[in-house]
Amino acid sequence: MKIKRRDFLKGLAGSAVLAMASPAVATSSEGKRLPDALGILYDATLCVGCQVCMVACKKANAMPVEHSGSERLWDNPADLSASTLNIIKKYENGTAKNKDLEIDGYAFVKRHCMHCVDAACVSACPASALTKELKTGIVSYNKNACIGCRYCQVTCPFNIPKFEWDNPFPKIVKCQLCSHLLAKGQIPACCGECPTGASLFGPVKDLLEEAERRQKMTAGKYYEFPVSDMSSTKIQIHKAKNYMSHIYGKSEGGGTQILMLSGVPFDKLGLPVLPDHSYTAIAENIQHTLYKGMILPIVAFGGLIFLVKRAEKNKKS
Amino acid sequence: MRNYPALKEWFMKTEQPLEGKILTPTFLICGLIFLISLIFMAKRFIYGIGAVSNMSDGYPWGIWIAFDVVIGTAFGCGGYAMALLVYVLNKGEYHPLVRPALMTSLFGYSLAGVAVVIDVGRYWQLYNIFLPWYANPNSVLLEVALCVGAYVAVLWIEFTPTFLEKFGADNAKAFMNKIMFVFIALGILLPTMHQSSLGTVMVVAGSKLSPLWWTRLLPLLFLISCIFLGYAIVVFESSITGSRYPILEETDLLGKVSAVMAGLIAIYLVIRFADVVIRGHLNLAFKGDLNGNMFLLENLMLLIPMGILLVSANRRSARVLFLCAVSIVLSASLYRLNTYIIGFDPGSGWHYFPAVGEIFISLGIVSMEIMAFLYFIKRLPIYRRS
Repeated sequence: MKIKRRDFLKGLAGSAVLAMASPAVATSSEGKRLPDALGILYDATLCVGCQVCMVACKKANAMPVEHSGSERLWDNPADLSASTLNIIKKYENGTAKNKDLEIDGYAFVKRHCMHCVDAACVSACPASALTKELKTGIVSYNKNACIGCRYCQVTCPFNIPKFEWDNPFPKIVKCQLCSHLLAKGQIPACCGECPTGASLFGPVKDLLEEAERRQKMTAGKYYEFPVSDMSSTKIQIHKAKNYMSHIYGKSEGGGTQILMLSGVPFDKLGLPVLPDHSYTAIAENIQHTLYKGMILPIVAFGGLIFLVKRAEKNKKS
Repeated sequence: MRNYPALKEWFMKTEQPLEGKILTPTFLICGLIFLISLIFMAKRFIYGIGAVSNMSDGYPWGIWIAFDVVIGTAFGCGGYAMALLVYVLNKGEYHPLVRPALMTSLFGYSLAGVAVVIDVGRYWQLYNIFLPWYANPNSVLLEVALCVGAYVAVLWIEFTPTFLEKFGADNAKAFMNKIMFVFIALGILLPTMHQSSLGTVMVVAGSKLSPLWWTRLLPLLFLISCIFLGYAIVVFESSITGSRYPILEETDLLGKVSAVMAGLIAIYLVIRFADVVIRGHLNLAFKGDLNGNMFLLENLMLLIPMGILLVSANRRSARVLFLCAVSIVLSASLYRLNTYIIGFDPGSGWHYFPAVGEIFISLGIVSMEIMAFLYFIKRLPIYRRS
C-alpha cells in the first residue's frame, strides 16, 4: 500500500488535533480515590485559632521559627513558606463579632498541603521528586531526586510547595502528613495536638462519612465529636454550627485527601474555587494520546525520513 | 511559475565567511553586558536565586524561563520552520535560507540550555531527568526537557558540515552529508514535539491561567505560532544582516516565505478566536484590564502584518517584509509571555516584575548569542556573499 505524503500528514495532524480537542476524560474523584487513603478533616467551626497545631508542626518537622512584623518574640509567620508547613489564618468581616458567620463575623482556616487525589505536582515533576504513596495517597518529597525546576509550584492549584529562594542549595518544602510519625504508629502532629478536634486524622472514607454526619446536624444542638483521630476514643461535646452545604475537597480539582467544613463560604476563607476535574488529567490525556507507546512519534519519524530522502533526491536531480 | 533571475545567481554561489573585524562596537557592548551579567550569575550561585531575582512562591517562573527558554527556543525555530518548507513540502528553492536559520536555532537552543542551568535550584542533580528511575513519564516538562536536550545535540550535528567546510575536511563532510537525513528528520520531529509541549506545560496550570490563554488547544497554538515565528525570524535576521553586510539580495525568497507565514497566521487566528469565543470568554478581551489589553495587542500585532502580507505587491518591498516580521516576532513572543507570566495569576498578594540582576542575566545570555552570531557569520561559511 502506498500512502501519499498528503494523506500521511493529514492523518498525523488529525490524530494530534483530536487528542487536544477530545472532551476531558470524566475524572470523578470518587472513582479515583485510593481505598486506604489517609487524610485530615478540618472543621473550621471547631477551630478556636489557638495555633497549637502550628507549634506542633514546627516541632515535629524541625522547622525554624519565623517572624512577621516588628515583634520578634515568637513564631508568627504571615503565610505558608519554606519555614512554615501549616498555618492558621483568620477571616474577618464588618464588626467581626460572631464566629463562623460570613457577615459581621470571623472564622479560622487551616492551610497546608491538600494531598490531592490527582496531584498536579506529582504529575508535573519531571524527576519524580514528588510522589503519591500508593496505599495512603500521601504526597511526599524527595530532595535527592528534585532538580529545583519549580514546576510543582506553577501547577499546584493551592500554591502549597515552597522554595528556599535564599538558599544556594535550595529544596522544595511542603507538608507530608507527618509520614515520619505515621511510620512510628503516631498521627500527624497538628491532629495529635489539636485541643478541640478541629483537625481530625483518619482514613479519608471515614472522614467523608464523618463530614456528611456533621452536615446533617441541627444547628444549635449538642453532638459528640471525635478528637485527634477517627479511631481514638477521645470525644468532646460541641454545639453544632450552621455548616455550608458543601464539603471542600470532596470534588475540588478532582478531590483532595484533606477535607474541610465551614460556616463561612470557602472562597471567603481564601480557598480557590476549582472545577470538579483536575487540569492534570486534561494534560495527561493530551500527552498520553500523542505519546502512547511512542507510536505516533515513531510513525512520524519514519514518514519524515522518507520525505527528507525524497527531497534530497529532488535537490540532486 | 515566476522566474527568479536572482535565484539562479544564488544557487551558483556557495556560502562564504563575510570576513571583517570581530571587535566591532556592537560586539564590545555585548561583551560588556555579558561581563556585568557574570557578576549577577556569581551572586545567584553563591547566595541563591532570591538574591538576584524577584521570583517568588507565587511566581516561581520569571523571565529566565518565559524569555530565555520559552521565547528563546521559539526564536530558534527558524531552522525547523525552513526544514518544514524544504523537506516536508519539498520546496528546494528555499534551501539558501536554511543555513543561517539553522545557526540562529543553534544559538537559541544552546543558550536556553544555559538559562535552564541558571534557573533550576538544584542544578547539580539536573542529570536526574536522564536517569530512568527518576524520570517521570507523566511529566510534560520531562518531555520538553528530553526533547530540547536531544534537539540541541541534533542542531550541533546538523551544523557540523559548516565547520568541516571551514577546515576543508571534505571526506568527513561527505560522510556527514550521507547520514544527515536521519538528523534532518529528527530536527523536524523534535521541535514538533517539544514546541507543542511547551504549550501543554501551561495546560496543567489551568486553575491559575486566565481563560484568554488557557485552552486545551495550547499545544496546537504553540506549535503553529512557533512555525510562523520561525519564518519571521528568518526574514528579520536576513534583513538585518543584509543591511550591514554584503550578502545576496534575498527579498524575492523572503517575500515567498512571508506569504507562507501570512497563511499560517490566518489559520492560527481562526483557531485562536474560535477557541476563545466557543469557550465563552471573548468578553474578557474587552474588559480594559491588563489581560484584556494584552490579548488584543498580541492578536492585533498578528492581524495587521497578516493583512499587509496577504497583498502580493506588499511582499516585494524589503522594508515592509522587515516591519511585518518585527511585529510578528514581538506578537509571538508576547503570546508566550502572556501564557507564562502576564496571564498567570496565583491569587491575591503576589506580584512579579523582574529584578535588575534577573534582567542582566537574561541580557547577558542574549549578548552571548549576538556575539556568537557575529563571530560565526564572519568566520564561517553561513551566508552567500554578493
